[in-house]
Amino acid sequence: MNKNFKIVVLAKQVPDTRNVGKNAMKEDGTVNRAALPAIFNPEDMNALEQALRIKDKYPGSEVLLLTMGPPRAAEIIREGYYRGADGGVLLTDRKFAGADTLATSYALSMAIKKINPDIIIAGRQAIDGDTAQVGPQVAEKLSLPQITYAEDVISVEDGKITVKRRLERGVETVKSPIPVVITVHATAPDCRPRNAKQLMRFKHAKTQTEEMDNEHNSYLPIHSLESLRIPEWGVADVGGDEIQYGLSGSPTKVKKIENIVFQAKESKRLTSSFEDIDMLMSELISSHTIG
Amino acid sequence: MNNIIIYIETEGGKIADVSLELLTKGRVLAQKLSCGLEALLIGSNVSNLVPELYQYGASKVHLAEDASLEHYLTLPYSAIALDLFAKEQPQIVLFGATSVGRDLAPRVSSALKSGLTADCTSLEIGDHKEAKSGKEYKDLLYQIRPAFGGNIIATIINPDCRPQMATVREGVMKKEELSTPVEGSINTIDVKSILKPEDFIVEILERHIEERKIDIKGSSVIVAGGFGVGSKENFNLLYDLANVLGAQVGASRAAVDAGFAEPARQIGQTGVTVRPKLYIAVGISGQIQHTAGMDQSAMIISINSDPNAPIHQLADYSIVGDLNEIIPRMIKSYKLNSK
Repeated sequence: MNKNFKIVVLAKQVPDTRNVGKNAMKEDGTVNRAALPAIFNPEDMNALEQALRIKDKYPGSEVLLLTMGPPRAAEIIREGYYRGADGGVLLTDRKFAGADTLATSYALSMAIKKINPDIIIAGRQAIDGDTAQVGPQVAEKLSLPQITYAEDVISVEDGKITVKRRLERGVETVKSPIPVVITVHATAPDCRPRNAKQLMRFKHAKTQTEEMDNEHNSYLPIHSLESLRIPEWGVADVGGDEIQYGLSGSPTKVKKIENIVFQAKESKRLTSSFEDIDMLMSELISSHTIG
Repeated sequence: MNNIIIYIETEGGKIADVSLELLTKGRVLAQKLSCGLEALLIGSNVSNLVPELYQYGASKVHLAEDASLEHYLTLPYSAIALDLFAKEQPQIVLFGATSVGRDLAPRVSSALKSGLTADCTSLEIGDHKEAKSGKEYKDLLYQIRPAFGGNIIATIINPDCRPQMATVREGVMKKEELSTPVEGSINTIDVKSILKPEDFIVEILERHIEERKIDIKGSSVIVAGGFGVGSKENFNLLYDLANVLGAQVGASRAAVDAGFAEPARQIGQTGVTVRPKLYIAVGISGQIQHTAGMDQSAMIISINSDPNAPIHQLADYSIVGDLNEIIPRMIKSYKLNSK
């Protein structure tokens, strides 16, 4: 029985919407998106840890990151390397632009078919959209079973994986044949820290796009070492039905966007009367701060 | 044909509140669209729940009953839903944004190549004109939801694909039964003809109730208490408010040291650092040891009986008074205003 698994971790680079502190606000009270740092989506970190734990148990296994995004999302692959992944692929192409969850899932599923892994692990949801849709949709596109809300991969034995799921009111342990798509919940263990040796070794891992950008930048080393090249795949590399990518593959359209306007920073003193409290609560509800 | 179908979730032999809330909302949408409101009920021994669905306005209940369907499983449940939607061609399908709804709905939407919007906070019917082509659409479902960590509100539409699908969280819509139930009918789904053995390749080994670990960092609203809360019993008021708001309870070091709250809830230099959308500081004086862990919160409300407590300087809103009066008023006001 094969004891080495090829594991793909789906990860997304997202704006850090959790840390919308006061310095990320524009004067009109709306969020200054440019001021938000781009980070590794938190639950995708939990997913990476689960993948690395499988590799700890079965050391011949291979952990690969798969991310879709603009060229700068190559940072996700490097971050994966620093924490112990064996490689990754950046899925990037203008034709993917404007994708909703369905078109995103289609692109990811085509890339996964090319990689042909035994286990696919993703975060439950990304903090910029909070939809939790891409995992199940990727599973459906690949005709694979899905295990959502995972907290712990307990074992992988005899072609079957046993996973503990975290639900609203309790936990559930399920067993599924592999290949399978698993989405990992935030209650799963945090990802291990970066490994200093890995960091030194892989900080120069670059995509071809990044290398070309750096060529006239003489003090940056140019690495043409094949092992440090992060592959970039576009539509031409993964194939498939072009109409199902990007905007044309997205059934949902955004009709309207309203920015939430936060109260300007000035201390308002209220009494403990019901009228004052009621005014405050109504304001919090209408600004969608609560409710 | 072209009706609204609500997916009915059950837990422990009862209908989930969110499903009844969706039926209540579905009545309004169905009236605007002059279409029928129907329910899809899947499970084992669930036919006794059908009258309650009539009470909430479902005029037809699609019933899939089988011993193999006792607990939710992605593959058989989605196979039944897909078979039904192919036959009935609903224009709208709504699911609760629960761990079940958020597992089932995307699987179904992918198979139908139709759009899905998660965690809607409001659903309306309206028209749309495509800016480029000038093509006009009548009576679309406006799926309104916060995005970008709650910093924007987006209206999503699904112009060309059917059904239009959305999930809605529990407690967002109001639940109201009819004074007289509708005269409904049952469409019994032939489960055996739909399900295949390979739909059961994922098996449930065990299910049990287990308390969730405390995770205050991940919460967008935090109700935190300090030494000024006075006792462990008074902290229960904070839990009441947090439950209503969907918030987590945090605590200052002084409150943790006094035994009012568990160490995992400690916020500050020696606890965790949080930056929620809303931080409600109750009975917290505002020492740097605490504020270092929360002063980046997007909005801060302070509640303290001492008008000179430093926490008020940091707050966007400060309320001076007794927490035993203020918190029940906040809960009452929230309940009055949120529906």
